[in-house]
Amino acid sequence: MSAPLLQVKAVETYYGNIRALNGVDVEVHRGEIVCLIGANGAGKSTLMMTICGSPQARTGAVMFEGEEITRMPTHEIARLRIAQSPEGRRIFPRMTVFENLQMGASLDNLKYFNEDVEKVFTLFPRLKERQAQRGGTLSGGEQQMLSIARALMARPKLLLLDEPSLGLAPLIVKGIFEAIKKLNKEEGLTVFLVEQNAFGALKLSDRGYVMVNGRVTMSGSGKELLANPEVRAAYLEGGRH
Amino acid sequence: MEYFVQQLVNGLTLGSIYGMIAIGYTMVYGIIGMINFAHGDIFMLGGFAALIVFLLLTTFIAGVPVVLALLLMMVVAMLTAGLWNWTIEKVAYRPLRGSFRLAPLITAIGMSIALSNFIQVTQGPRNKPIPPLVSSVYDVFGITISLKQIIIIIITAVLLSIFWYIVNKTPLGRAQRATEQDRKMAALLGVDVDRTISVTFIMGAALAAVAGTMYLMYYGVVVFTDGFVPGVKAFTAAVLGGIGSLPGAVLGGLLIGLIESLWSAYFTIDYKDVATFSILAIVLIFKPSGILGRPEVEKV
Repeated sequence: MSAPLLQVKAVETYYGNIRALNGVDVEVHRGEIVCLIGANGAGKSTLMMTICGSPQARTGAVMFEGEEITRMPTHEIARLRIAQSPEGRRIFPRMTVFENLQMGASLDNLKYFNEDVEKVFTLFPRLKERQAQRGGTLSGGEQQMLSIARALMARPKLLLLDEPSLGLAPLIVKGIFEAIKKLNKEEGLTVFLVEQNAFGALKLSDRGYVMVNGRVTMSGSGKELLANPEVRAAYLEGGRH
Repeated sequence: MEYFVQQLVNGLTLGSIYGMIAIGYTMVYGIIGMINFAHGDIFMLGGFAALIVFLLLTTFIAGVPVVLALLLMMVVAMLTAGLWNWTIEKVAYRPLRGSFRLAPLITAIGMSIALSNFIQVTQGPRNKPIPPLVSSVYDVFGITISLKQIIIIIITAVLLSIFWYIVNKTPLGRAQRATEQDRKMAALLGVDVDRTISVTFIMGAALAAVAGTMYLMYYGVVVFTDGFVPGVKAFTAAVLGGIGSLPGAVLGGLLIGLIESLWSAYFTIDYKDVATFSILAIVLIFKPSGILGRPEVEKV
């Protein structure tokens, strides 16, 4: 197999003196959908942000296309076409939906904007209706769509999605997961996503990792993890107790 | 009635100058949440740069057209002030960005004192007068309007339009607004946040420098302490309009200018600054978010 698109090697990340990531190893290959599941506070979002250099890993290395990016400033990492729809969506609240999308396309100076904006509007027709509205006035689901759409506008080689299903109605979650699958199939988009909705995420993904207390404790194909009794007990059937 | 309109014109002129300075306060506050107390001295520096250009021009070249002289004064003032503000941001404010909130504020006061003292030592402590650049005066329905006032109001209007266009319609302005609203997200989208902040300081300084040049032309004199009172008045204007809001800064500037000239006209002129600064206190007590400012709620 060729070198992975993204490789996280023995990464440790700290907030002050608190260690949030404790030697994490993760690989994402071109064309894959990989998910990371785990409980609240396991360090999933920290890993997503560490990949983007905010905060930077204290030890270990983050490699992208074979180059080390561990100490690169965040905006330069973005220029390598790693786009993220981060935790909390982080829509610019006082910009319109359209302007938020323009921000996503700023790497290419809006060169492909018209073409790409049509694509994301087809993917999320709701955004087209809302394009002149301020980001802060959108509903949670619409903000989530906008956050993903904004990341897509950058024409990413690697799309990082932090809990795309958080707080959304099941039908919308289904729609978003279908959209991700479609982009992956049709455009070969590589996706690395963090999810609490373990069932949906594992079904969608080629491979998955399980994170506990800042450490990856298990990995395998989506199917394997879905069938794994430990995973089932901790993340899939937990709600029934 | 004519007297009142006359005062309106005077107030608008003065208000234009305050408005241009206030924009620098409000933009910097918007983007990094800090009051750049050295901004008033940037305005004074602009006035001195314009003065020096004027003196050089009149010493070495006889009969320079006034328009050209003014333009040159403005451009050099903008460059000087921009360079200075860019430097202090990089050297004095940026290293403190992660520090406790008061740290950059105290540093800014230090920068203010450093700059005014530097000008005092190098340029001397006395008033620096220049002969009137433009002296034409028009009489319109009994109201006296000087060419100086017309120039100030027109230049302000033109610069503010350009400025509005940059902030609202260009990629640079979009990056500035994005940085203002969510710095981390802006970086995730490839915006060089440090550079964007630098550009903001330069833009604010350039407007203050034009205001300094206009001030010099209007009053025909500049002195090293000039950064203080007009600077704090412009700050008052920014707070009155709603700190962080660009239209608010302009509106606040115009209002402060009007209040000052109307107060001087109908009450005792000695108390005009008392009146102006009382407004700062009143606004802070009763409407801390200012006229066009947004209350600190949002953030989901």
